[in-house]
Amino acid sequence: MQAKISIQNLNYTYEDGIEALRDISLEIPANEIFVLFGPARSGKSTLLRLLNRLSDLDEGTARQGTILFNGQDVFDRTVNVSVLRRRISMVFAVPTPLPGSIYDNLTYGLKMAGIRERSELDRRVEQSLKQSALWDEVKDRLGASAFALSGGQKQRLCIARSLALEPDVVVLDNPTSGLDPISTATVEESLFDLKERYTIIMVPHSVQQAARVADQAAFLLDGELVEVGEAGKMFVQPKDQRTEDYITGRFG
Amino acid sequence: MTTNPSVITPAVGQKEGQRIPIGEWLIENLIRLAGLSTIVIVVLIFLFLVREGGPAFLDIPLRQLFGSRWYPIEGIFGLLPLLVGSLIVTVGAVTIAVPLGLICAIYLGEIAPTWQREILKPLIEMLAGIPSIVLGFLGWVVLAPLIQNAGAATGLTAFTGAIILAYMSLPTIISISEDALYAVPKEYRDGALAIGATQWQTIWRVVLPAARSGIVIAVMLGIGRAIGETMAVMMVTGNAANIPTLSSGLIFEPVRTMTATIAAEMGEVAQGSLHYNTLFGIGIVLFVITFAINSLAGRIVGTRGARRTGGKL
Amino acid sequence: MNRQQTNRFAVAVITSVAILVVVPIVLVILFVLYNGIGVINWEFISTAPRNGMREGGIWPALLGTIFLTFGTAIISFPLAIGAAIYLSEYAADNRMTRMVRLAIVNLAGIPSIVYGLFGLGAFVLFMQFGTSILAGSLTLGILTLPVVISTAEEAISSVPQQFRTVSLSLGATRWQTIRHQVLPHALPGILTGVILGLGRAAGETAPILFTVAAFYLPDLPQSIFDQTMALPYHLYVISTQVPGMPLDIQYGTALVLLLIVLSLTLVATFVRTSMRRRREW
Repeated sequence: MQAKISIQNLNYTYEDGIEALRDISLEIPANEIFVLFGPARSGKSTLLRLLNRLSDLDEGTARQGTILFNGQDVFDRTVNVSVLRRRISMVFAVPTPLPGSIYDNLTYGLKMAGIRERSELDRRVEQSLKQSALWDEVKDRLGASAFALSGGQKQRLCIARSLALEPDVVVLDNPTSGLDPISTATVEESLFDLKERYTIIMVPHSVQQAARVADQAAFLLDGELVEVGEAGKMFVQPKDQRTEDYITGRFG
Repeated sequence: MTTNPSVITPAVGQKEGQRIPIGEWLIENLIRLAGLSTIVIVVLIFLFLVREGGPAFLDIPLRQLFGSRWYPIEGIFGLLPLLVGSLIVTVGAVTIAVPLGLICAIYLGEIAPTWQREILKPLIEMLAGIPSIVLGFLGWVVLAPLIQNAGAATGLTAFTGAIILAYMSLPTIISISEDALYAVPKEYRDGALAIGATQWQTIWRVVLPAARSGIVIAVMLGIGRAIGETMAVMMVTGNAANIPTLSSGLIFEPVRTMTATIAAEMGEVAQGSLHYNTLFGIGIVLFVITFAINSLAGRIVGTRGARRTGGKL
Repeated sequence: MNRQQTNRFAVAVITSVAILVVVPIVLVILFVLYNGIGVINWEFISTAPRNGMREGGIWPALLGTIFLTFGTAIISFPLAIGAAIYLSEYAADNRMTRMVRLAIVNLAGIPSIVYGLFGLGAFVLFMQFGTSILAGSLTLGILTLPVVISTAEEAISSVPQQFRTVSLSLGATRWQTIRHQVLPHALPGILTGVILGLGRAAGETAPILFTVAAFYLPDLPQSIFDQTMALPYHLYVISTQVPGMPLDIQYGTALVLLLIVLSLTLVATFVRTSMRRRREW
């Protein structure tokens, strides 16, 4: 089966010469939860940003290697970046609602894509809120300001916002970082349902979270891919000593 | 979920292979054009000044051009009286405005309680907004007679101009000095107070020296503001193109500034005449002076400061 | 004197000086108000001057100022907003951008009389618009560019970066992001800048001396190619060129001009503070 996303020999260097990613090669299968973990500043967020080309905003960077999405090079000149970003949709660490109502937040991306029919918008709003386990809590106040929600609700709103675009891949960069344990559990729970429809790529908040949710996992250290494989095996018996040291907490 | 996995599929409203729709491409380039137009405008201003003013520098022998008689009726165009006039009025204005403005800035930044600041800052902004013609009018109607009553031969003097100009430069000097004081880190003050310094000692020995470069900028920009003022000085400085001497009372004499000369005489010149060219030539001098001052200062302050001073750095 | 006494003395001096500086501002406004208010009535505002300006009202000058202010807005608004968007959203950190910023700083410092010369040379003569509302509006429009650009840029930059990032990651294009997530939230700040700029333009005399202003016109302007009277120039003329001019009319004219400019400044400040209060983030 062709991998959903195939990262091939990816190198990425910042303006000041710092190598953020060194020769990364990864295959991300469809409909699984793929977790990318490692200590701070090992390149995880950089890699995620390259997936949907938010990295285009960086000035003065150098890139080698490529990323294939469904077999197509995402960096190809003919690629429409807006379409790409709707197919590979990102959720950020800090919940960031846009000013406006809950409904506005959910339909913003759709309207920018040219979808304006009220019935279609309503359908996607309901569907995405149900998928992110937020529907029951807000269905009666879709017109309320998104800023009035609690932290956990805001983050689920952001997840729903991505889902409303009906992407292929949902990328989550440390989505539960600011959330309380209950909200964290709710988000993790919803991921299991989501992977049936979407491919999930996630940077976890902790190794424990990685172990809880991952199907496949990759350990990134200082921009280098140390180990990748089935999560069940990796967290019990890692192949590389560095992976084991990190998982057992010898460094962080 | 969409069935077609192709990412090359274009978005609504755009052709195959095009990365962004035509409408967007147009808008983005119009925006770039608007940004670059600022450079074009500055260049154009200079070019037009040179176009109309260049003949003055070419046709008038330099010795006369910088001579001490400005007598257009007889075809004598010596700029010195005008330069001196601008100089005296500007120096006078800055001498008054810098100490006053600096003290005000200190008061606002270091001493005044918040509620006072909320009242005083809008007031100073209001001063910045008063049209120069109104201040000139008041100078003409109120201040000049006062000075005349105090003993001067006439109330329309460089001194009168200096006072009015000082008030007009105050908002610039106050806000830039205030910014400079504000930029001094809190730790400096805390450190001084912690070792027992009084508020005044802290200000005098710690805050002011630290803000020195910003204050210098404030002074430079105040000078630029004063040199460029036209209507207010035109109304109160008497418009006599003489060079005041010590015996005739120096700043209590009428003078003519460069700006007032242009404003007063342009209406009467024939287009294309040497007089006309010379007036533009004075414009070139003004442009160069303010360009130099503002480039130097702007390099350090940046456009961030421009908003607070109403765009005039 | 010991340190404590020095301190108290210094603080007292500073405070007094500050009051000394600020009080005349209030006095000036009150003074003009007091001396001019007697003349202000509907007739004053709506009729033309008579008898060599010694009687009658200021209507043509007022109308001229209104026309010029509109013209200034039309010229400077699009250019300034465009330049502000360019600076905060499109400009990379390179030499070209630095030159643009330098240009704006210098535009801010050019004396208003030099703008008048430019307007004369470029619009009145070269473009052959003649002394006209068109030439005057173009000149004033360029004059107000720096203040509007600075305020607008600050307003646009203060919109949180997250909104842009989120918008882009949801598939919006750069311009869509600017149009839907940046500009709407920056609009009050931009408006403040525009209104401040207009206040400045309304009060300017030097730039309109050779580009549009007329001493006395028997008829009102019919097109943008006509000359017009204007309040600042009118005040200059009646206070210096008309012998036997009643003082109260002079004060009244000054008062009207002052009120127009100050109320524009007031509206701008009001927009700025009310926007800050209504922010959701």
